Amino acid sequence: MGFYDVYKQWEQKDVDGLLKSVTSDDVLRTLAKTRLHEQDYLTLLAPAAQEHLEAMAQRAHDQTVAQFGKTVVLYTPMYLSNYCVNHCLYCGFNARNNISRKHLDAGEVEEEARRISETGLKHILILTGESRTWASMDYLKTCVAILSRYFTSIAIEIYPLETQEYRELITAGVDAMTLYQETYNEALYDRLHVKGPKKNYRFRLDAPERACEARMRSVNIGALLGLYKGRHESFYTGLHAWYLQKHYPEVDISVSFPRMRPHTGSFNPDYPVDDVNLVQAITALRLFMPRAGITMSTRENAEFRNQILPLGVTRMSAGSTTVVGGHTQKNQDTGQFDISDERTVDQMALSLSSLGYQPVFKDWQAIKA
Amino acid sequence: MRINVNGQCEDLDEGLTILGFLHVKKLEPREVVVELNRTIIIKDDFDTLVLKENDNLEVLRFVGGG
Amino acid sequence: MTAFLNAGDALEIGGKKLTSRLFTGTGKYASDTMIPRIIEQSGSQVITVALRRVDFQSGTDNVMKHIPTSVTLLPNTSGARDADEAVRIARLARAAGCGNWIKIEVISDNTYLLPDGYETVKATGILANEGFVVLPYINPDLMVARALVNAGAAAVMPLGSPIGSNRGLMTREMIRILIDELEVPVIVDAGIGRPSQACEAMEMGAAACLVNTAIASAADPVAMAMAFGEAVRAGRRAFLAGPGAEREKASASSPLTGFLYQEAR
Repeated sequence: MGFYDVYKQWEQKDVDGLLKSVTSDDVLRTLAKTRLHEQDYLTLLAPAAQEHLEAMAQRAHDQTVAQFGKTVVLYTPMYLSNYCVNHCLYCGFNARNNISRKHLDAGEVEEEARRISETGLKHILILTGESRTWASMDYLKTCVAILSRYFTSIAIEIYPLETQEYRELITAGVDAMTLYQETYNEALYDRLHVKGPKKNYRFRLDAPERACEARMRSVNIGALLGLYKGRHESFYTGLHAWYLQKHYPEVDISVSFPRMRPHTGSFNPDYPVDDVNLVQAITALRLFMPRAGITMSTRENAEFRNQILPLGVTRMSAGSTTVVGGHTQKNQDTGQFDISDERTVDQMALSLSSLGYQPVFKDWQAIKA
Repeated sequence: MRINVNGQCEDLDEGLTILGFLHVKKLEPREVVVELNRTIIIKDDFDTLVLKENDNLEVLRFVGGG
Repeated sequence: MTAFLNAGDALEIGGKKLTSRLFTGTGKYASDTMIPRIIEQSGSQVITVALRRVDFQSGTDNVMKHIPTSVTLLPNTSGARDADEAVRIARLARAAGCGNWIKIEVISDNTYLLPDGYETVKATGILANEGFVVLPYINPDLMVARALVNAGAAAVMPLGSPIGSNRGLMTREMIRILIDELEVPVIVDAGIGRPSQACEAMEMGAAACLVNTAIASAADPVAMAMAFGEAVRAGRRAFLAGPGAEREKASASSPLTGFLYQEAR
C-alpha cells in the first residue's frame, strides 16, 4: 500500500509556496496540454488559475461530454444505522452527541428498499456509522442480500475494512465503495478524530486501495471540504485518485467534493470553501482525470447543483435523506448532515431533462457467476 | 566423421576440437559464438571439447542489423 | 566531431548513463566500413547488430571490427518467430562476451514485419530473470507495454511505423500514451525516415530514437547520421525547454461560470 509515500513526498514540499508561485502563463500552458500530470494539476488549483476559470470550465465541460455524453447517474443514500463508536468533532453521528440512535432491522431495510425502488432508482448507497456491533459484517451481508433484490448496483459508505472483508462484501453483491479521507492533513486528522478506530489515519488512507485490490468495481474518494485548506485537500484528493487509477487501471475511480454543512454539534469549519473555489476544484479534477466520475451530493442546494452539472458532474443523489430509515419514516430524527436539495427523484429527473441531460437510473447490472 | 554445421553436413577429422574446427575455417574464436547440440559453449572450452560423429554445431557471429 | 552533448540529461538504462539519445543500426549499409564514421558523426553510443550463422564460403569480414569498443552493443533477436527462439538467440548473443543488452524482436509476420507482443512479453520475462538488459520492440500497445515493464524490461521500443517504411510517426498518438503512462524510457524504433521525425519524437518526450534504414538508405549516410544526431538533440532540448502555450480561439459557447458572480443565492 503506497499512497502514503506519495502524500509524504508532497507534504515535505512547500505546497503553499508552490501554489503561490504559479503564474498566469503557467496556467495557459497547462490548459494547452492534452494530458496533465501532478504539477499541472497543482497549477490549475493555484490562485493564479482563478482568472481562467471560465476557460477551465469550458474545457472541463467539453471533456466530460466527450467521455460521458450528457448523462447523469442517479442514486440515493440509505442510512442503515447511525450507531457510531468514533468521536469525530465534525460529524452529527459523533458518539458524544446526544441523538437518538437507530438501526434498521431486516424488515425495515426491506421497507426502505421497496419505497426507494418505487422511484425507479436502481443504484443505492448504503451508509452506517462505525460499529462492529450494530453494523457488523453479518448485518451488512444480510442487508446487501435484501437490497440485491431491489437494486442492481450497491455501493457502501461505511468504515474502512480489510481486503478480505471487501472481498466478502463483493461476493455478497457490493460493487462500489465510497470512503472520504475527511482531511489528508495527517496532523489535523489526528486532532479531529479524538477517539475510536477512525483515529487510525493510515488504515483509512489505505482502504480505497484495499478495495481496489479486492476487485471492487468502483471506488469513490474525497475530502470533507472545510476542514483544512481547500486547495491542499483537493490536490491530495486528486493525487490519491490518480494513484489509484494508475495502479488499478481497471477500477472506476470517482471523486466527490463534499462541503461541510450545518449539523448537530458545535464544530465550525476553519477553512470554508466558497463557490468559486469549489468550481475550480471540480474543473481542475476533470481536466486532470478526464475519465474519473465526479459525484455531487445533496449537501449542495438545487440551484447550485444545476449550475455545477455541466462542469463535470457524472453522478448525483436524489430523493435524499441522511436520517436512518428516512425514506419510510417521516420523523424528526437527526440526520448526519442537513440536506440542501430536497428534490424528489421525479423532480430531479425533470430538472436534468430540462437542463439537457439524461437521467440514468440503471447504469449496469452485475451478473453473478 | 560427419557432423552437422550450420545446417550442413561436413566431413571432418576425428578428434577435432572446436578450436581446431575454427582454425580450419580460418575463424577467430573471439569473433564467433558456438552452440554444440543446443548448448552454448564458452570460449574457455573451445580447445578442450572434442567434436563427435553426428554432433550439431552452430557457429554464429554478429552481422549488421537494425 | 562530436557536437555539444548535455551530460546533465543523461539517459540511464541498464546501469549505463548515455549522453546520446540516438541509437543507430548497422543493417543495410553499402559497406560496413562506413560504420565508424556514422557513429562518430552522429554521436550515437548504442548500436544494434544481428546474430547470424557464419557463412564459411564468403570472406570473413566481421562487423565487430568496425564498431568501437566504447559503444554499447545492442544485439537483436531478429529471426526469432517466438519467445523460445528469441531467448535462444539472446543467450547466444550474450555468449559473445560483448555485454548483456538485448533487443527483443519477435516477428512472425513477413508482410509488415510487425512484432508479436505476446511472445515478446514471454521472452522478456525469461531473459530479465537471467540478468539481461531487455529492450523489447513492440507495437505501441499500452497493455503490452505494462506487461513488459512488469516482466522486467529496461525500456520499451514502440514502432513509429513498420520497419523500413520510413513513414515517420504514424503511431504518434499511441506513443504519446506510452510516454505519459510508463515509468521506463520509451525509445521510438522503426519507421523514422527523416531527422524531423526523430526530432518530433523527442519533442513529444521520447527517451531516445533508434534509426537504421533512414541513415543506411540516404545518398550520403554519414551526413544523414550527423543530421539525425542534431535532430535528436534539438528535439530533446525543445522538450526540456517546455513549449509555450498555443492560444486557442475564444470559444463562442455561453459562459459556464457566470452564475458565480451573480447575486448571492
